[in-house]
Amino acid sequence: MTSNIVEIDNLSFGYNGRLLHKGINMVFPKRKVVAIMGGSGSGKTTLLRLIGGQIKPTKGEVRVDGHVVHKQTRDGIYQLRRTMGMLFQHGALFTDLSVFDNVAFPMRELTDLPESMIRDLVLLKLNAVGLRGAHKFMPAELSGGMARRVALARAVALDPNIIMYDEPFAGLDPISMGVICGLIRSLNDALGATSIIVSHDVKETFLIADYVYFVANGEVTAEGTPEDLMQSTLPFVHQFVHGEKDGPVPFHYAAPDYRAQLLG
Amino acid sequence: MINLIINKISRLLSGIGHRMIARIWRLGAGARLFMLAIIYSGESFKRFHLTLREIYFTGVMSLLIIIVSAFFVGMVLALQGYNTLQKYGSSEAIGVLVALALVRELGPVVTALLFAGRAGTAITAEIGLMKTTEQLSAMEMMAVNPIARVVAPRFWAGVISMPILASLFSMVGVLGGYLVAVPLIGVDEGAFWSQMQANVDVRADIINGVIKSVVFGVACTMIALFEGFDAPPTAEGVSHATTRTVVISSLTVLGLDFVLTSFMLVV
Ligand SMILES: Nc1ncnc2c1ncn2[C@@H]1O[C@H](COP(=O)(O)OP(=O)(O)OP(=O)(O)O)[C@@H](O)[C@H]1O
Ligand SMILES: [Mg+2]
Repeated sequence: MTSNIVEIDNLSFGYNGRLLHKGINMVFPKRKVVAIMGGSGSGKTTLLRLIGGQIKPTKGEVRVDGHVVHKQTRDGIYQLRRTMGMLFQHGALFTDLSVFDNVAFPMRELTDLPESMIRDLVLLKLNAVGLRGAHKFMPAELSGGMARRVALARAVALDPNIIMYDEPFAGLDPISMGVICGLIRSLNDALGATSIIVSHDVKETFLIADYVYFVANGEVTAEGTPEDLMQSTLPFVHQFVHGEKDGPVPFHYAAPDYRAQLLG
Repeated sequence: MINLIINKISRLLSGIGHRMIARIWRLGAGARLFMLAIIYSGESFKRFHLTLREIYFTGVMSLLIIIVSAFFVGMVLALQGYNTLQKYGSSEAIGVLVALALVRELGPVVTALLFAGRAGTAITAEIGLMKTTEQLSAMEMMAVNPIARVVAPRFWAGVISMPILASLFSMVGVLGGYLVAVPLIGVDEGAFWSQMQANVDVRADIINGVIKSVVFGVACTMIALFEGFDAPPTAEGVSHATTRTVVISSLTVLGLDFVLTSFMLVV
């Protein structure tokens, strides 16, 4: 048995024939917080979907706890997903359920816990994200940042083994940011889980990640511990870490020459 | 010149072909969703409160529009029926006419059309939006099957509500017809009810009407669910899907009604 809970092996994937990932290799060791960083549109969210088995790779494979994800039957995939929690980039709260019922949803659907215990657990999770007082609200009554915190509480409702966070820091004020940052780390350590963070917030991510992968142009362009990467002289990493506009990472999506397009 | 014409024709034909294939593909995808909804129905009955909640949303919400429409339809039927029947001196048959028209045809058909417009569009829009906002993806990632949790309860809710709504439509329609025929026009009350009682058959009329409304319930609900599930995850996609639900459901109901009626009259 390896000590890696998730392994991505020579993975290629593309939407509509256009390759987005070109042979990606990553490993996610047990009990670590691993970050995936990269520009907007570099396929980070897609990578999480591949780990969750929502889409099938074009080439290569993803293994979760030793099982090749895309070769599982429907039941097999559901079995694997029961050990995962995922925070969606836009929250994806169930709009017809209250905050409380959203967090209770996975417990009610997947466990036989009595309602009184569910209540305690839900309030506990909501308290951790600072929203116990908002448990009666409907998702439409929440701000964007509050909705994402509720979604986070829901993602960890069943104390999963693998927690995937898609942009956990987006849209949070500095105070919540600090709290959520600490929460991700402490949840990881308390549960003995493995966390995968997709983010482009360098400061917060480097604070809690044990290991970081940079993706660009469909490949892993750099990897290492945050300390290594801070020292890195790779122009790409340097540009990203220090948020410089000019450098090897283009701000623009591939496009024809601007002048030619305007005049043409 | 000839080449140009051949080119145009072949493009036209391939366009038609593409559309046909797309339609057939959608039909297949719809049938597949239907099968899956049946296969994953267990939970809708084991946890019946899930279905009950949807019955409330689809059925109870359609109550008002159905009762009001039924009332007017019944009154118009009585007016028109009396106008013709009295020429033949058989105005007491007005009760039969109203009841048969409602139980056999108008009850199931108009209810289904109203259902498609009121509940069907709501189902499509809701599911389309759940897809657009990744709620269905989120459910999948939690290892909860959206077909079992979202599609099946709504499907059964529609199938259960439709015959109830159609029966209600017929009853309220008969009441509307009665109010116009007896107090307003002055048809004999005893004749109105007794002729109706004597000539409306449970097997041939009422059961057949219920069978129709169950079939329409399956068709309308399934179309609404499929369109929502199949909608492109954009605002525009969902709005188109909603429109398609009404159009396709209405045509399907009218077509199915012809087929069912011809079978029922022959057998
Ligand atoms: N369902 C889809 N169909 C077709 N193309 C898609 C689909 N989803 C994403 N893409 C494309 O794949 C690319 C990567 O998308 P993805 O959402 O994985 O990016 P990301 O790295 O998460 O970006 P961001 O940081 O902005 O969230 C984008 O260029 C997008 O256009
Ligand atoms: Mg993303």
